[in-house]
Amino acid sequence: MMSATARRHEAEALLRESGGDSRAGAAGVLPFGIAAVDDRLAAGGLALDGLHEVSPATPTLSDDAAATLFAVGIAARAAAAQGRRVLWALTRFDLYAPGLEQAGLDPATLLFVEAREDKDVLAVMEDGLRHGGLAAVVGEVKRADMVATRRLQLAAMTGGIPALLSRRWRKAGVCPLGELSAAMTRWRIVCAPSARLPAQGVGRPRWTVELARQRGGPGFTLELEACDATGRLALPAAPRDRAVAAAGAAARAA
Amino acid sequence: MRRLERPRALPDAPALPLLPVDDDPGACSVPRGGGWRPGARWAQAEGARAAIAEEAAALPLHQQPTMRELGRRSEAAEHPFKRAPVAVARQPVPAAPVVHAVPLILAEAIGQRQLIAAACPAALALGLVPGMAITQARALVPDLDIRPADPAADGAVLDGLTLHAMRYWTPTAAPSGADGLWLDLTGAAHLHGGEARFCAGLVRFCRRFGYTARVAVAGTPGAAHALARYGREAVTLVPAGGEAQAISALPPAALRLTSDAITAAQRFGFDRIADLLPLPRGPLARRLGLASVTRLDAALGRVAEPIVPVVPEETPVAKRRLLEPIGTAEAIEQVIADLLADMMLLLQARGRGVRTLVLLLERIDGSEQRLAIGTARATRDAAHLARLFHLRIERIEPGDGIETMRLAATRTDPLGATAVAGDLTGEAAVPDVATLVDQIAGRVGEAALFTAAPVESDVPERAVRRAPPLAAPTGWPAWRRPVRLLGRPEPLTGVLALLPDAPPRRFTWRGQVHAVVAGDGPERIHGEWWRRDGEVWAVRDYFRVEDESGARFWLFRRGDGVEPATGDLSWYLHGLFG
Repeated sequence: MMSATARRHEAEALLRESGGDSRAGAAGVLPFGIAAVDDRLAAGGLALDGLHEVSPATPTLSDDAAATLFAVGIAARAAAAQGRRVLWALTRFDLYAPGLEQAGLDPATLLFVEAREDKDVLAVMEDGLRHGGLAAVVGEVKRADMVATRRLQLAAMTGGIPALLSRRWRKAGVCPLGELSAAMTRWRIVCAPSARLPAQGVGRPRWTVELARQRGGPGFTLELEACDATGRLALPAAPRDRAVAAAGAAARAA
Repeated sequence: MRRLERPRALPDAPALPLLPVDDDPGACSVPRGGGWRPGARWAQAEGARAAIAEEAAALPLHQQPTMRELGRRSEAAEHPFKRAPVAVARQPVPAAPVVHAVPLILAEAIGQRQLIAAACPAALALGLVPGMAITQARALVPDLDIRPADPAADGAVLDGLTLHAMRYWTPTAAPSGADGLWLDLTGAAHLHGGEARFCAGLVRFCRRFGYTARVAVAGTPGAAHALARYGREAVTLVPAGGEAQAISALPPAALRLTSDAITAAQRFGFDRIADLLPLPRGPLARRLGLASVTRLDAALGRVAEPIVPVVPEETPVAKRRLLEPIGTAEAIEQVIADLLADMMLLLQARGRGVRTLVLLLERIDGSEQRLAIGTARATRDAAHLARLFHLRIERIEPGDGIETMRLAATRTDPLGATAVAGDLTGEAAVPDVATLVDQIAGRVGEAALFTAAPVESDVPERAVRRAPPLAAPTGWPAWRRPVRLLGRPEPLTGVLALLPDAPPRRFTWRGQVHAVVAGDGPERIHGEWWRRDGEVWAVRDYFRVEDESGARFWLFRRGDGVEPATGDLSWYLHGLFG
């Protein structure tokens, strides 16, 4: 109990330092810890009392997994800061919990709800948000209209908890973020090729993260490295000096 | 043992005599359904009546028509379910020891061994004693009826008997061991007409249910215990102060000694308790252990040994009879709130919290409705429980009105006082997740809520199981795992890969060609041979690959690429990394 409160105080101090209090609501913000992202967000991070939408940029399952991991990372950082649990509502359970654990959400933190339809998912999310004892609420839906998202936004403000709405593709060619929404931020994620390692193997995954829309600010697009074991993203290292590589290649060719 | 015998001991119910059924209109002049019946003509005719009576008397006794068939329609029909005459009911039930044609023994498993737990008198007579191995018993007596022992059911019967004793005989009763009952008759015997009459009644009571009872009344529980199990008579009454005299002839095992102490007593030649009595205490304690001496003292009354009585549990019930029948949701909710307030007082007095609440609503037309809620953790929060009922209130059909409402806590758990969170330190209290779990379970059903818990299996689809929502499961080993797993691995076509251990260079999945630019692996996972035969040699080699667009997949190949028995080298996609 003490450690949880201590963590929470620490998190709040961190939030105050980041200057989020002045710009966002009373609940503060959850910064990404990457200056390139936080500076471009209107609140200096993700508002803790707001609705945030995440969607894959293409209907492929791999981009869907990337968008899921993006939401996992945010929820994991919120859970770690507050020492509370995360509610995950969905209609078809195909998540793989060991994979979620490797992105920072351990099984004791997660509470799954498998509802029958999107309507129930939204209702369960609202219950979780209004309850106020959670770190974050994640929901996976295919369809959520303006009224539903506004309700979620209001519930998030009541509970002071971030709501993450993962919108999945319903039909090819119709981007799920095309629907109107009351969300604070709307993110579009797509897988990007990872940096080649000198040896055989897959490097740290990368995503092209696009902030399609945010309240009080313009969107942007960035290439970021995917979640590590604690759910933190990273900015890719600057590319090496190409001249050296070229010289090496030239030397080998010669 | 007795419990099993009982169904056998019951005599076959005598077949009900076939009662005459009056569905034959006979020679009646008026067909059935006519309003006016002048009476049968053949019965009215002079002389015919006597002739028929004569004819009937000539028949054998069992074929003679009843008076009712002879035309006396005013006579009441014999009621088929009429209570049997009192004399029949008082007949002693032939219960006492049932002798089986085939000896019956009960088997219990102790470790790897099957031992006799109990034996019927016939089996005992054949030398099959409890504690003997079943195999030995089979070798001695080939024709044996062996059934598994069920100590839990035996205990349940004993508990039921204890509760009966508490209700009707004495307020202090407790089960003693697995086969006995302690009743404290102090101040209660005279209510049953003295100890002797009480004991006789007790034996009769048990015989009615098919049990053999041995009763001993003594000043100490230890002496009563010894005499009931090792005494000569079925009923023993020990006069006050006569305990030492009464138990002196019994073996030391009657004192509830440990098996070590019994062995030691046999080695030292103590065959009777009388041998122990004159011995100096110090050497006796050194030989048999201090616990044995304490047992002896308890049996003789030198050390107190109180009987810890069983406290019967009663389901807490709150009830409201309504002056006027109600039918609106608001009124029902108000009554539920009142009932909950009553119930919380009841539970608070007992230090328990609600796990399951059942609301019974009696309608004005006599029908009854049930409404049940469950909670994930014991609670006494009336507002929370009222919210759970509120979610289900639409399922109530009030009909013409509800006149009585009852609330029963059918399942409760211990719940002490809980600290008021955060009020003194000034920080806001964090609401308990358990209340949210109940709320969501009320909305989407209890089965929809779960946490993912690990299973000790390397096969990916078997590594996760669903656990209750408030469980705190631990994690998995840190092998790279995808975030989404396909429910069933999807076969890949057009796979180009070097054998035996290189990731594929290209593959086709769902009609789309993927060119692989990087891959990790293989991670070899062997089949679980203990589950089914098909997995004895099965091998899966898992690879994590990335295609040229950056999508990362989790593929596997069946077989290790060397031994054909390990798999057919077909490729599958099993999961997706973000």
